[in-house]
Amino acid sequence: MDPIIDALLSVLRPIGITEIVLQFMLVNAILGVSIYLTLYTGMFSLANAGFMAIGAYAGVLITTQLDLPLFAGLIGGMVLAGIIALPIGYPVLRLKDIYLAIATIGFGEVVRIMILNFDSLVASTLSNIEGERVRFELLGGARGIRSIPKLTETWHLMLFLLVIMFLLIRLHRSRFGRAMAAIRQDESAAANMGIDVVYIKNAVFILSAMLAGAAGAFNGHLTRIVTPDAFGFDKAVDILAFAVLGGMGTWVGPIVGGLVLTALPEVLRFLKEYRGVFNGLVLLVVIVYLPGGLINPTGWRKTWRWLTRRISGDPPETPAPSAPSNTDGGD
Amino acid sequence: MKQLKTELFMDTFLQQTFNAISLGAIYSLFALGYALVFSVLGVLNLAHSALFMWGAFIGLIATDHWGLPLWVAFPLAMLGAGLLSVALEIVAFRPLRRRNAARISQLISSIGAAILLVNIAQLIFLEIYSRTEGYFPRDLISNEPIIIESLSLRISPVRVVIVVAALVLMVALQYMVTNTRVGQQMRAVAFNQRIAGLLGINVSTIFILTFFLAGALGGAAGMFYGLVFGTVDPFIGQDIALIGLTAIVLGGMGNIQGALVGGFLVAAIQTLSTAVGGSSYRNAIVFVLLFLILLVRPQGLLGQAESTRA
Repeated sequence: MDPIIDALLSVLRPIGITEIVLQFMLVNAILGVSIYLTLYTGMFSLANAGFMAIGAYAGVLITTQLDLPLFAGLIGGMVLAGIIALPIGYPVLRLKDIYLAIATIGFGEVVRIMILNFDSLVASTLSNIEGERVRFELLGGARGIRSIPKLTETWHLMLFLLVIMFLLIRLHRSRFGRAMAAIRQDESAAANMGIDVVYIKNAVFILSAMLAGAAGAFNGHLTRIVTPDAFGFDKAVDILAFAVLGGMGTWVGPIVGGLVLTALPEVLRFLKEYRGVFNGLVLLVVIVYLPGGLINPTGWRKTWRWLTRRISGDPPETPAPSAPSNTDGGD
Repeated sequence: MKQLKTELFMDTFLQQTFNAISLGAIYSLFALGYALVFSVLGVLNLAHSALFMWGAFIGLIATDHWGLPLWVAFPLAMLGAGLLSVALEIVAFRPLRRRNAARISQLISSIGAAILLVNIAQLIFLEIYSRTEGYFPRDLISNEPIIIESLSLRISPVRVVIVVAALVLMVALQYMVTNTRVGQQMRAVAFNQRIAGLLGINVSTIFILTFFLAGALGGAAGMFYGLVFGTVDPFIGQDIALIGLTAIVLGGMGNIQGALVGGFLVAAIQTLSTAVGGSSYRNAIVFVLLFLILLVRPQGLLGQAESTRA
């Protein structure tokens, strides 16, 4: 795989993308897929950052405390994220729309605060049992875990992403994948057709959590430091932005979104202090003017027609009344 | 000995109650803005916390940078945040509503707007203060604590001013919504946009007014927050965004009295958990509560069940 990566980098380096940037791009592409799965099933979950934190901490602890290879850390992070997703998903996935969003934001914050206070909590519990002051240090509180070995290689990420992409293509053609789409389009109709909505939703939620956990484990061994603050609400919004920018219509969209949104600040170096402003603008402009995202063939055709009409000065055709979507609470 | 202990407990209890009330006043004002927009438009405006921060920021610039007195700076902060809120409606919400986009799209665009507003504030902060935080001048409101000997209560005048001003604003809003023509129109639009429009109500104007009021309330809350804690930075909205969410979920989304109750309740829970178990878990407890309320009673404590919800 090395020659491919070298060739890729020789193309990317002139526009400011070094190997480490490429690695972060790939990690974020995995996160894009993670949120795509839930969105594709019609679940607006913002829990990915929380699961990423779980995966990162679990993975890093496995490699540093137990001296196991990255592969074990990756599996451990994914499994733990999946296990935690089960009791969370079962009650929470009954919620819809913004209520689900709020609940999952709450979950992410609880995870972050729990990690932040884990050491002191365990220490005080142990002290109460033993009857004397006990020192306990595992997750490092706000300082996080430092000097983690850099184990993640570019080819790990590429291979992982390729496997996911293959599985995604297979998924879309499977009964399971079609059930996912059916639930997004109309949950009651899907249930009436005999689809086990609760099972599918929970399974997708767990899959999404496992992918986020994998991204977390990879990311921890890239940045070489994990802190609870890296997985707050901001991270959840970043992940959402990948899907929004790339477009939620196809599985390619969120991957492209993750790649592009990570690369942009590096390519557009001159933005430097305006990076935050730029990120906000991207999210706002894309959702308002490019609702289908970057990878959205029909949307682009529409935009193109609108542009050409504007330029040639033809009278605008009367806009067809858009079909009211069932998720809209407009009336 | 036991007598002394109970007395001590009562003292701290009164003191903590007062602290909770002043904190609750800020939370409630903030949550009111959230609830107002949600009740009239049915969208969750996640940029509301950015307006809160801008209110504090405008107040800071007015008092610290321009040296204006408090009674000028405070209306200025409310006005500024209100106008920003109107701009938000025009840029981030109206185009999506016109297209009849899903509610989730409006949520996302409000997140984008929030990021934008916070980062712009950060740039201006760096420009003015060459760091990312600023301090309110100490002498805006007298620093001498009011000490009530008989109850051994120490009350800082800032907090008294805030509680009174917040109550005035809440009563004014309640009066406006229930007793004025504009308030009736707002409730009509909240009930059903289309029918309200057919009855001759200018729905767009009502939307703009709603956003202005919400922004002004958020800005007022931000200014109060800055006055109580002294420092302002571009990120003060982050914590309160989720606290405000909890408050309106507790009270029932889009229920104005509910937002008030929710705000005070969250402040009480936070103060209590800080007093009992230290400050590290106070937000965790609030969010666990948010979680449970959503699962058990998604319509909130005061809300009515609605079929389109969870």
